[in-house]
Amino acid sequence: MNSPCTTELAAIKQCRNGSRKAFEVIVNRYMKDAYFIALGYVGNRQDALDLSQEAFFKAYRKLDTLSADNKFFPWFYQILKNQCFSHLRKFKNKKTQSLDGAEEPIVIEDEKHSFDPEMIAERNEAKDRLWQAIGQLDEKHREVIILRHFQNFSYDQIAQTLLYSKGTVMSRLYYARKKLRELLDDKKGGLL
Amino acid sequence: MTCPDYKGLMMGYLDNELDEHQKKMFTEHLDQCPDCKKELAEFKDLKQLADEVALTEPTDELWQHYWKNIYNRFERTLGWLLVSVAAIILLIYGGFRLIEEIIQDPTVDIVLKVGLVALIGGLAILFVSVLRERLYLRKKDPYKDIRR
Ligand SMILES: [Zn+2]
Repeated sequence: MNSPCTTELAAIKQCRNGSRKAFEVIVNRYMKDAYFIALGYVGNRQDALDLSQEAFFKAYRKLDTLSADNKFFPWFYQILKNQCFSHLRKFKNKKTQSLDGAEEPIVIEDEKHSFDPEMIAERNEAKDRLWQAIGQLDEKHREVIILRHFQNFSYDQIAQTLLYSKGTVMSRLYYARKKLRELLDDKKGGLL
Repeated sequence: MTCPDYKGLMMGYLDNELDEHQKKMFTEHLDQCPDCKKELAEFKDLKQLADEVALTEPTDELWQHYWKNIYNRFERTLGWLLVSVAAIILLIYGGFRLIEEIIQDPTVDIVLKVGLVALIGGLAILFVSVLRERLYLRKKDPYKDIRR
């Protein structure tokens, strides 16, 4: 039997030759990871779906930039991440623009684009606050938190996905969690 | 080693990612460092909370339509490509016929004819220039969507 890696390599080779059927195999394999990572970044279902699908579409079109000895997922992750962050930036810019000159609260909750606590399976106030705090982390901290906590990736998997060393993963995780604690402490009531 | 050197190990300890040697190193430090002990306890609370936050699984329907939605994008791109090609062909063809007619028409003033030829020439140059720039940028920057 083929190992998952050799079948993946074979599928990618077929994709390069124009087989969409082969790409379907790749998509089915990674769609859940892609969707949940996007959900972690943008925090609502519709955007997560759109952005992850668009990322796959882009990946297919530039598959020739994936070198033969590189794994699909870390390469795809970069496309997905850029897709999500440029979406977030676009939205953020719009938000600050609308604030120009107006006496309004700094945080405007936009129903359609904000971090939606409905996405949490079982809610309570502490979880809602954690979810909101994750939404306030900057990019490089948010990604390790999402991969570690929502994807349950091991340190090795995180390292492979982000192209970091394991040591970097550990220290990123430390600063990300520290920042998260500060954000939670800032909100009234503390952590728990 | 000082406390900051143990921060990475603290994460590994928390997530159960340390080998025996690292674990021993960290717990030995922990036994004599109340600061790290306190910090570890705080991180444990955070981790516990974060572990409880599971994201809702979408319906099976979403996964069933997932590929179809991507496939639709392929179809739409192909559709647009065909429409664009057809539009360009029709425009060029129609344009040539029109110009031909005007130029061959003896009742049309010569100034208008010269102006028309100059206009067409200018448009053609602009078109080629933009096209070249596009192709050049594309070739130059295959990683334009990938940040390193
Ligand atoms: Zn210490």
